[in-house]
This record gives sequence, structure tokens and C-alpha cells, in this order.
Amino acid sequence: MTWALDHAGQIADLAWRHVLLAGIPLLLGLVLAIPLGWLAHRVPVLAPVMVVGTGLLYTIPSLALFILMPLMLGTRILDPVNVVVAMTIYTVALLVRTVVDGLRSVPGDVDAAATAMGLGALRRLWQVQLPLAVPVIAAGMRVAAVSNVSIVSIASLIGVAQLGDLLTDGYNRNIPAELITGILATLLLALVFDRAVVGVERLLTPWRAS
Amino acid sequence: MIRFESVSKTYADGTTAVDNLSLTAPTGQITVLVGPSGCGKTTSLRMVNRMITPTSGRITIDGTDTGSLDPAQLRRGIGYVIQQGGLFPHHTVERNIATVPLLLGWDKRRAYARARELLETVGLDAALASRYPAALSGGQQQRVGVARALAADPPVMLMDEPFSAVDPVVRDQLQDEFRRLQAQLGKTILFVTHDIDEAIKLGDQVAVLRVGGRLAQVAPPAELLATPIDDFVAGFVGRDRGYRALGFVAADLPVHSEATVEVGTPIVAADGWVLVVDPERRPLGWIDGARHPGPVTTELLTGGTLAPAGGSLRAALDASLSSPSGRGVVIDDEGRLAGTVTAEEVLRALAHERANAANAAASAIAAASPSGVTSPSAAAP
Repeated sequence: MTWALDHAGQIADLAWRHVLLAGIPLLLGLVLAIPLGWLAHRVPVLAPVMVVGTGLLYTIPSLALFILMPLMLGTRILDPVNVVVAMTIYTVALLVRTVVDGLRSVPGDVDAAATAMGLGALRRLWQVQLPLAVPVIAAGMRVAAVSNVSIVSIASLIGVAQLGDLLTDGYNRNIPAELITGILATLLLALVFDRAVVGVERLLTPWRAS
Repeated sequence: MIRFESVSKTYADGTTAVDNLSLTAPTGQITVLVGPSGCGKTTSLRMVNRMITPTSGRITIDGTDTGSLDPAQLRRGIGYVIQQGGLFPHHTVERNIATVPLLLGWDKRRAYARARELLETVGLDAALASRYPAALSGGQQQRVGVARALAADPPVMLMDEPFSAVDPVVRDQLQDEFRRLQAQLGKTILFVTHDIDEAIKLGDQVAVLRVGGRLAQVAPPAELLATPIDDFVAGFVGRDRGYRALGFVAADLPVHSEATVEVGTPIVAADGWVLVVDPERRPLGWIDGARHPGPVTTELLTGGTLAPAGGSLRAALDASLSSPSGRGVVIDDEGRLAGTVTAEEVLRALAHERANAANAAASAIAAASPSGVTSPSAAAP
């Protein structure tokens, strides 16, 4: 406890970096997964290929992906952009299936009614399908959020600072208090992300309250 | 006017949903498509607004080929109601109703004002405007569905089993209101149902479809009941079609005056069924005078159905058959007692009507063919 209090400034700084490294990819991943999922939903032949294909990306070990990024992007080794891009890939891997499932969860009669009233494909997506898919997509976002918070810790191994540094440093210098602080801070952050997703979901679905 | 010109729909797997359908839905009338499941009625409906593209043939609305229009534009000009309303669960009732007006670019104030006006039109409280559909009963949702279809005042409406997901009592009520509404609005309506009673109740003309999407018969309901073209139609129309056909025969029946007792007062000198009325002379039910001395209370009453004066013979016959006294109660427009009528009298009136109709048909044919050559089938009543 004293260790944590003594290093509060450092922890806060690492936590903020952790939030950005896990959170920005979560949003970018969602923005990318929506059109991909929509495409898979509209072209049923594509759906299995896209869902399985993007899903496979998640099986690439994170360390390998972090190391590959500078080669593929031409960035510097220590550039946090490497982590952001890699985490975005993981998020997309988790969310394409979620978006497809979400769009499939829209009741057929509601979708038919939207078409029959003259909503074009894009308006239907934006005004009807996505809003109704929010509960399913939010469930997937909660998994992706917690997964991101956890995976980002690995970035310490390639020298990008965040809460994972407490784990590597605590391990290397044998400071149990630092290790425990690292674990608790990561857990707490995962919880905050989870609650944030649930909060946004509630805001977006006032119609489910009744 | 909606016209199907030799329209067929065959799916990639070879099944034919609609087979060479030619049909006209006249302007301002309700045309009901009815048939067993698999007869292509919903497919036919959805080809009108191009949710399904015909394999061959064409569909015109007031002479314009629907195939030549942008689908979204076309659909905004056609009201569409489906089973269970198909309401957007994430939009409030008023936002649901305002959907098409907003798509057409109305400003929000005007669209929402229109939505509230329509809530009243379909018999709902304006307080429901800001609720979500989940908070409404099935019947209320269905009304909102109708209001939403009417929002931009489209001349043409497509209705796909709009009343089949609600319980029979509510359905009956919705059908009655729908008829009243249509009498004011005069939309050109194509209405799909699997329920022949609904078809006969609502349709100005009824098109019966067979499995495989072939048209069996198109006729006004009375004609469909009286002269089904073949066994399929006769079977589909149902066993008691003769009785139901009486629903289309109106007659001014002579009524008897009936001894009545006002509720709360004792029966004087009665030895059988006595009709109980309220102070406004609205019938409340029958009471057996011999068995219930003392002031009449409403708990003791047995009722029958009520027939409106000048209404159909079916209503009058049903009123007399369902009345414990055997005397059917006829009421006037205000719901007050007009008198009673017996089943025998209804049947006599029917015989009289038929004789009149036969005479009229015979003289019409005689006038049309001065040579005196008449077709026996045309002259049959």
C-alpha cells in the first residue's frame, strides 16, 4: 500500500497510457468492424469467410504482432502506434462476429417494415439495425474491452509504457508490492472499461428500460 | 388503381410462388387477397412495393409501372402495415408514426404534430405519443402500425395480416374501426389475410388464391359466398356460407312492439320472458317473469345479440336465434329498442327478397334482350 502511495504519480501516468492504448483501439476496432460486419450480413456468402477470417487474427500471439508492426507500418520500434494498430486488429477480430450477430438479432418484421417504408440500406443500418443491435454489440464490446486491457500489458516487453511496466519491473527487481499493484490496477481498469461500456449501452437503449 | 398484369414469381430453387396473376385493385376500394399458406398472397403484396421483384409480368399503380421507379421513393408513397405492427421498438410511438414524413423531409415539429393527430384518428390517447412500443398492448401496437402507414397520406396501402396477431375480440373491434376509417379515407388497399371471415367482412372484392399462386376467383364477398366458382373456393369459403351470405342481404323488417320493464322496477303480470330496458329504453337483457318476482336487477338477465334496424338479415336472424324468448331485439341508431322480430319473420323476409331479386334480374334481361332470348344461367337467382 505504501509502495502504491509513494508511486501514485507514476501509476496514474501509466494508467492513463494504458487507457489510451486499450481504449483508442476499442473505438477504432468498432468503427472498422461495423462496415465489415454489415458487409458480411448483407452478402451471406461472405459471412463465414469474414467471421472466421477476422476471428483467426485473434490467435496471432500479441508479442509477435507487436514486433511485426514496425516492419509492416514502417514505424519506429518504440512507437506506441504499433500497439494501437495491433490492438485494433484484435478488437476487429472480436467484433466482426459480434456485429454480424447483432445485425442478425434485429427482428425480421422490423427490418421488413423499415424497407417497406422506404428506408434505403444505409438509413436502415443507421436508424434501425445498429440501434437494435446495441445490446449484442455491447456484450461483444465488454469482452473486447477486458481483453484489450489485459493484452496491452504485454507491450511492456517491447518498451511501450503502461501498467504492464509494474509487472515486468516488479518481477525483475523482485518487488511484490509493485507486482500486486500492477495486477490490481489492471483489474480495476478492466472493471472501469466494462462499466463504461455498460453505461454507454444504457444511454443508447432507453427503450429497453420499460 | 393497382394492376397485376400476368405477374409470376419463381424462385431460384424452382418453386413458383405466384403464377400468372392478373388482378385489378380498384381505386378507393379494399381488395383482399385470401388463401391457404403457400398461395403466394404475401409475395404478391410485396411485389407491389418491389420488396420482391417479379420474374415476369408487370405491376402498375395508376398506370405507372412500379418497375420504372426508384424502390425507396416508390415505398414512401405506399402505406404498409404488417402483422404485430412491425413497430421500431427503439423509437417512441410518435417517432414511429413520423417515420415516412421525416424521410420525405418534413420538419420535425410538423411530423410529430401529424403523428399526434393520427393517434386520435386511430382511437389512441395522445398521451401514448412519447411511450415506447413495448409499453403498449398488442391491439394498441396494431393501431400505431396503421397510423404509421397513414402518416404521409399515401393513396395506396398494403396490409399484410395486420389484425391476425391480436385476440378475437380486439380483432373484431380493429376490423370495425378500420372499416369506418376506410369509409372516410377511401384509400386503395390491398389486404392479405388467411382468414376468409376477415376477407368477407372487410373486402369490397375478394381474390381467392390457390396453393402455387394461381388465382381461383375474384368477386365481391356476397357473390363469392353465393356462387363460388369451384369446389376449392366453396371449401375455402366454408360450410356455413349460406348463412353468412345473409350478412349481405339488408331488409327493413317489420318489428313488433315488445312489453318491457325498466330495471329496478318489479314485473307486473308477466308469464314468460320480459325484455328489460334502462331508463333510456336501451335493451339490457331478458328475464323470466314467472320465476323472478320483485324488482329487476341486472344480474338476473340473459341476453341475445342485438340487430340494428335496417341491418342485415344475418344480424336479425342471429338476434332471434340467440334470444331466450325467440324474439330478436332490434335497436335503432341510438341503441334504443325498436322492437322485436322472430326467426320465421326473418326467413319470410328472405323469401320475399329473393323473389324480388329474381324478378329484377328477369326484367333486366328481358329489357337487355328484346328478342326474348335469355340465358338460363344468367337468370338464375
